[in-house]
Parts: sequence; structure tokens; C-alpha cells
Amino acid sequence: MAATTATLAKGRRRAAGPLFVAPFMVLFLLLFLTPLGYAAYLSLFQERLVGGTAFVGLDNYVKAVQDPLLIQGVGRVALFFVIQVPVMLLLALVFALALDSGLLRLARVIRLGIFVPYAVPSVVAALMWGYLYGPDFGPFAQLSRALDLPVPGFLSEGWMLASLANIVTWEFVGYNMIILYAALRTIPQELYEAASMDGAGAWRTAWSVKLPALKPALMLTLLFSVIGSFQLFNEPNLLMKVAPDVISSSYTANLYAYSLAFTGQQVNYAATVSFLLGLVIVIASYAILLTANRRRTP
Amino acid sequence: MTTTAPPPAATSTSPKERRPATLRRRTPSSRRRSTPLTIAMLAALAYFLLPLFWLLIASTKSTQDLFNSFGLWFSHAPQLLTNVKETFAQDDGVFVHWLLNTVMYAVVSAIGAALLAAAAGYGFAKFRFRGDRAAFNLVLGAVMVPTTALAIPTYLLFAEAGLVNTPWAIILPSLVNPFGLYLMRVYAQDAVPDSILEAARIDGAGEARIFFTIALRLLAPGLVTVLLFTLVATWNNYFLPLIMLNDPELYPITVGLSSWAAQAQNGGAGTSSDMLALVVTGSLISILPLVAAFLLLQRYWQSGLAAGGVKQ
Repeated sequence: MAATTATLAKGRRRAAGPLFVAPFMVLFLLLFLTPLGYAAYLSLFQERLVGGTAFVGLDNYVKAVQDPLLIQGVGRVALFFVIQVPVMLLLALVFALALDSGLLRLARVIRLGIFVPYAVPSVVAALMWGYLYGPDFGPFAQLSRALDLPVPGFLSEGWMLASLANIVTWEFVGYNMIILYAALRTIPQELYEAASMDGAGAWRTAWSVKLPALKPALMLTLLFSVIGSFQLFNEPNLLMKVAPDVISSSYTANLYAYSLAFTGQQVNYAATVSFLLGLVIVIASYAILLTANRRRTP
Repeated sequence: MTTTAPPPAATSTSPKERRPATLRRRTPSSRRRSTPLTIAMLAALAYFLLPLFWLLIASTKSTQDLFNSFGLWFSHAPQLLTNVKETFAQDDGVFVHWLLNTVMYAVVSAIGAALLAAAAGYGFAKFRFRGDRAAFNLVLGAVMVPTTALAIPTYLLFAEAGLVNTPWAIILPSLVNPFGLYLMRVYAQDAVPDSILEAARIDGAGEARIFFTIALRLLAPGLVTVLLFTLVATWNNYFLPLIMLNDPELYPITVGLSSWAAQAQNGGAGTSSDMLALVVTGSLISILPLVAAFLLLQRYWQSGLAAGGVKQ
């Protein structure tokens, strides 16, 4: 009798695992894999003026990789990534180490204050910085005029990418800092004791104990940053209204896909561009993962 | 596209790192404080608070004062309450709709996403079944797929299903949070001891009951983390509602504010010339709830993040 209930319970138990997982997996299939597959499918067709939609194989991809607007858009976000992400992560790292060092007064206030921009929608962030950047009424312009200095052209062609980078940095340094700080807080005490026993000072401890322990968390923040910067959309889309001459509808790859789909009605080509952009991001993420793993196991 | 990536060093978790993250290891009083470092960090803090300070000041000004007075200090005639009143009254109170829509989209998505991720994370962490590893790796690979690569095809699919321009268009895609699932799995592994589950099973409790009465409680910090971060993601979402919705009554606050901003920047032609003041005041109102949520719940999300960020 006891044996049968045990087997019964075991059988029920084995069935329970898939049941817990099922709701998520069903939605994942419907809302993640299906759109992905649909994008791939759409990208193989073209809408013709005569004759409706026709299967064209990889023609859209051939067109896309030669499309100067797309290449420029991807190039721009790649440049953005190369400059903005290291600055942001370095700041986040320095702040996290400073908070963790125990040397700060008001550490709690500082930590939460730096994190607060994360809770601000990127729309609001872009609107605020848009006004702050303003060459006529922005406070920086006002100050420069009061001091008889040239007004900084934050919204000019040469500065725009840096101005966008500043907005994104402002939004996400705190978020990355919190992830790194949380990782630092879990380094076991014994490691510090061992380090101080070996005569390591604060800098040495940071370099030899804290940084290696931070590697997984840094990896995580780096991956999120790849995804975030290659998808850049909200900030340029909002600053576009302030500086329409500088930000075109193909300023970033994502902005380009959006305008193709919703202004140009070129659905199939838009799907191709989104799909390619996704591919670029996945490849970039893998490249980072692989280099990191190779370094870890020499 | 959906590839199976091992998480960076998922296996390198040593038992030592498995201590609850809430344990504080150092006594701050035993250390000396550094004034130069504090000053440097306060300077950094000033940079992060500057735009918010500007927003606070600006929301007390009329549109005219926004142009004519110095941006970083109050004008002679502060009128915060007038601005707030006008913000809520503009376009027959559409701002209230936007606020309520945002709250509804964000809360439903966050609770749904957190529960789905918790159940699935628990299922992957505590049960072995056929294909479990493959399914989990599939979801893990999806962490890297950008949401915008999905947004346009999702829009097209939803258009065919008649879901465009309904609240579902915003809520459904927000329910699937691959990173949330990953976080909950890692969290469930340690936070829910097998011994407790076994004891409950011996007492004859069903699996559903065990999950809802025991596991969910143990998973609370991780759950709150996923909840809060989905809440922020949905609250701040702009791209998805921008493409999915065209009825202003359904807009969340982000799309609504940007539509006002576009009107203000067009010189307010045909609309009230006070538009700019409304955009600014509306922005201020829109960020208050989230900031409050983060401050009130900080204990939870900080420990939940510690688990996810470290055990990668």
C-alpha cells in the first residue's frame, strides 16, 4: 500500500515539472518564437507594384547588406557602443567599488541617487536632456551667454552622438552599478581575510580579489549593453523632433526599420532589417562570450 | 536565431557564494571614512540629480517663464499647482487615462511575468523531465534576441489577430521575460531547499499547494526583483505602445507625453500655447510612482539582484 502511494506521488511529481514550466513556455512559443519565425518568413518575400507579393529568396538580404542607409545606421550604433559602453561600465564599476570600499559617508544616499535615473522613462530622460541641451533656452546656453562664452552645440551634427551617449549613460550607470555592487557584497569574508593576511592593501585587494569576482556580473552588464546600444531607438526618436536636420529617419538601424515599416509601408524589407539587426546583436554577444570564456580557460 | 548558449560560468558557483546576499560582512564603524572620495562621489551624484532638479524647477513655471527665466532656479511666479491642474484638465483629462493605462499595463504585466517566471524557474530548478535542459537553453538563448527585432513582426501578427490597438498588445509581449526566468531558476535552486519539499510531500501536500504556500514565499525576494524590473520595463516602454496603439485613450504615459511634446515643439499651432509646461509637469508626475516604488522596496530588489548578478 505504502509502495503504491509512493509510486503514485512520484508519477505525479514527474508530471508536475512540465506543468510548472508549461505556461511560460507556451507564451514563449507564441510571443517569442512565432514572431521570430514570422520575421524570417516575411523577409523572403517582396511586395511588387504589379503582381502582389512574390517569393524572392534572399533578395531582401542582398539588398539590405548593400543598403547604405542600413550600413550607416549599424555603423553609427557600433560607434556608439564602442564609446558609450566602456565609459558607462567603467563609471558603474568605479562607483560600485567606491560604495563597497566602506570609505564613503552618505553611501546610501549616493547609491540610491545614482540609481534613480533608471526609474525615469527614457522618454522623459530624452525630453529633459533635450531641453537642457537647447541652444536657445537651455540652462547651459543661458550660462554660456551670461559668461560671454560660445553656446555649446549639443544638438549639432558633430555633437549629437555624444549627446545621445550622455543620455543613455545617465539612465543606465546606476542600474549597472547596482548589479556590480550587489555582486561585490557577496564576496565571502574569508577572501578578504586571506588577502589582508598576505599583506594586500586596498588597491591590491580591489584588483586581485574584487575584480575577478566581478567578472560574471561585468559580463552580464556588458551583454545587456550590447543589446541596448544596438537597439538604440527611443532617445534618437525623441531628439529627432528637437533636431530634425541632424537625426534622419535612418539615424540608427532600429529607427530605420521602424520608418520602413510604418512610414514606408515596406513590411517585408522592414522584417529583413529587424532580422539582420537581431543577427548582428546575437553575433556580437557571442563574440564577447567566446572571448571571455577563452580567457578564462587558457 | 535561438541558440543554446551556456550562461557565462553558470557552473562556477562555489558553495561559499551561496550565502544569502542580505548578510552584511563588514562592520562599517571599524573603517575610516574618506572625505575626498565622498566629495568626488557627491559631485557624481550632482550630475545624476541635475536633470531631475531641473524638472522639479521647470514644473513650477509657466511656458513663458520656461523660456525667459534661468533654467536652474525658480521664476518669480511659481505655479506648480496651476500646472498640475492644467495637466490633468488638458484634452478632457486624457492625462488621467494615460496614468491609469500605464499603471494597468505595468502592474498586470509585472505580476503576470513574475508569476510565470517563478513557476517556470521553480519547475526547471526542482524537477527533472524530458527536454528540460533543451527548453531552458532555448529560453536562455532568447535573452540575447533584441525585443525590437520582435516588435515589428509581433505587430504584424497582432494586426492579423485583431489585437492591435487593444491593451493586450502591450501586456502579452511583456509577460515573457527570459531573463526573469533565468533569475528565478538560479534563485529557486538555493532558496527552496529540497528537504522542505520532501517533508511537505511526505505530509501529503500536492505539488500546486507546495508551490503556492511554501515555494512562492521562499522565492519572494527574487519574485519582487522580477516584478519590479518588469514593472519598470513596461512603465517605461515606448517602442511597443508606439507601434501598437493609435487611440490616444489607450496610450501609456510615455507615448502620451511624447505626443504632447511633439505638439509643443510644433509651436503649439492649433493647440494651447501652454503645452510645454504641461509636458514638463506631466513628466514629473509620471516618474514619481516608480521612484517611490523603488525606494520603498529597495530591500527586496537589492537582495534579489545580488542572487542574479553573482551567480551568472
